[in-house]
Amino acid sequence: MAKELLKGNVAIAEASVRAGCRAYFGYPITPQTELLEYLSSRMIALGRVFLQAESEVAAINMVYGAACTGARVMTSSSSPGFSLMQEGLSYIAASDLPCVVVDVMRGGPGLGNILPSQGDYFQVTRSAGHGDYHPIVLAPATVQEAIDMTVLAFDLADHYRHLVILALDGLIGQMMEPAELPEWQADLPTPDWAVTGAANRAPNRITSMHLRADESEAYNQHIQRRLERIRAAEQRSIEMYTDDAELLVIGFGSAGRIAASAVEMAREDGLNVGLFRPQTLYPFPSERLAELAEQVGACLVVEMNAGQMLDDVRLAVNGRAPVEFFGRMGGAIPLPEEILDTIEMLCWSLHVVE
Amino acid sequence: MIPAAELERVYERPESLTALHTNYCPGCTHGVAHRLLAEALDELDLREQTILVAPVGCAVFAYEYFNLDGCEAAHGRAPAMATGIKRLLPDRTVLTYQGDGDLASIGIAEIIHAAARGEAITTIFVNNAIYGMTGGQMAPTSLPNQRTTSSPSGRDVALTGQPLRVSEMLATLPGAAYVVRRSLHDPANIRKAKKAILTAIQVQQRGLGFSMVELLSTCPTNWGMTPADALTWVKDHMLSIYPLGDYKVSDAARELSA
Ligand SMILES: Cc1ncc(C[n+]2csc(CCOP(=O)(O)OP(=O)(O)O)c2C)c(N)n1
Ligand code: SF4
Ligand SMILES: [Mg+2]
Repeated sequence: MAKELLKGNVAIAEASVRAGCRAYFGYPITPQTELLEYLSSRMIALGRVFLQAESEVAAINMVYGAACTGARVMTSSSSPGFSLMQEGLSYIAASDLPCVVVDVMRGGPGLGNILPSQGDYFQVTRSAGHGDYHPIVLAPATVQEAIDMTVLAFDLADHYRHLVILALDGLIGQMMEPAELPEWQADLPTPDWAVTGAANRAPNRITSMHLRADESEAYNQHIQRRLERIRAAEQRSIEMYTDDAELLVIGFGSAGRIAASAVEMAREDGLNVGLFRPQTLYPFPSERLAELAEQVGACLVVEMNAGQMLDDVRLAVNGRAPVEFFGRMGGAIPLPEEILDTIEMLCWSLHVVE
Repeated sequence: MIPAAELERVYERPESLTALHTNYCPGCTHGVAHRLLAEALDELDLREQTILVAPVGCAVFAYEYFNLDGCEAAHGRAPAMATGIKRLLPDRTVLTYQGDGDLASIGIAEIIHAAARGEAITTIFVNNAIYGMTGGQMAPTSLPNQRTTSSPSGRDVALTGQPLRVSEMLATLPGAAYVVRRSLHDPANIRKAKKAILTAIQVQQRGLGFSMVELLSTCPTNWGMTPADALTWVKDHMLSIYPLGDYKVSDAARELSA
């Protein structure tokens, strides 16, 4: 398929259609609204389900019901709306249901603003709602990656029967770039656990409730075993110039992309700087980062928040190298030049120490 | 002993109910409501085509008690969950079973919008004027001066407003095809409730819009009464606040209920 000029939100929407998304339920909020608007006509034209819900609370619970039927389903929102979905996300996760949720993060806390931000890192990676679990979290940095990760999100959701969150920000959601849309996926058979009416079989029941402590702990262990498999198989990241890097710059999504420009500028200046960009925020690509931490003199984490992924980096690096941080908050976008300043300062101090 | 050949089975468990013992307190009318719904599904031969969405409340295990495909919703969100199911499986019968705290308080937005959309689902609304499961707190449906664990001196309407009459409210919505209130306090009313449940499900089957049967129900445990006194309390105190009747019967639905 040829490349076309696509806006991130629209590209995700069309990729979800081609990945076989049968139903979308959502509520308008900037900067993800184009996704909802696009699907409002596209899904209906294809005879699929589109419904604008009365709130994000209703939207996620509609998704919950739709996911119970075994169909591929999706919703999307942005930070305040994503906050409203927390209870539903936790129920979905605790019902072993595949489901894809897009969070186009914006400046916060509170109503904040509609500018790009990565302030939901904790919310998406730590649990997305109450209880002990993590969703799988994918973080694209380009429109093409947003498309590819949308397809991957549906596949991972089905494979693990797990909640997958696509976490991006308004930069990627609203930017236009040349990108290639995916092939159409064939319809999948209805899974045997779906609720469709108990015809010629025992009833299927979908619940997130386990009243007794022993049952509930056994269920929690089942989730933890699944997360272990996910951590073992799904850590994903991208690297640039890591072979001889003395300083490793680490950033995800838009911040990772801007940091890549800063790294290119630093290389032109003759500095031995590399880039590590996590594509999965959960599972965090700790294994590869730990290896790299052995060979670099220092790490610099760049985020569009006050330092949230920073925690995961520190856990992965585990003292093997000093970890520094550069962040912008509340919708401010870091410039490659200001990241370069920090890179230069850190490289200088690495050599002074030597 | 009567010879087996002369025995006739006149009463049995509906196929749409499982053999599980319920968690309901003795004398609680949740059990009656379950039985009526199960009989209706059997009579309409819909057991294998039905998906039940259970609430958070004393009926939280309803999905276990019914011999149907079922799911357990978050508190108040059953109509949203049912919407998701129905939109993907439009030819199935989709039911929500909800208490008054679930439907009239935390989930009031979801039920209003499901009705407003004319969502072809059927809601069984069990109004016992109290939060049963959490131990008897005030609900938006509690009666004026009703003592509950969170209104120990009686519901003060100056502070907490008047009881919410959901059937009357939903009846104003064009999407609602069939909205009626019945009561479970005596056999004659139980029979009428059954008939209404049958009609409500048929309204859904014909795709006529949203349907709901509100059932005035008892909570002897949290009302602090014997089951018999609780039934009398429904008659003496609830009926005047919650008059029984057909609040909305669309023209198409009228043909069915005739
Ligand atoms: C989000 C949320 N808030 C509160 C609760 C606690 N809770 C469980 S059941 C219930 C009240 C149920 O009352 P009602 O719907 O009237 O059902 P009943 O038990 O009376 O049949 C509440 C408040 C909960 N489970 N979830
Ligand atoms: S607490 Fe009330 S509503 Fe709940 S089962 Fe007991 S009597 Fe019924
Ligand atoms: Mg109640």
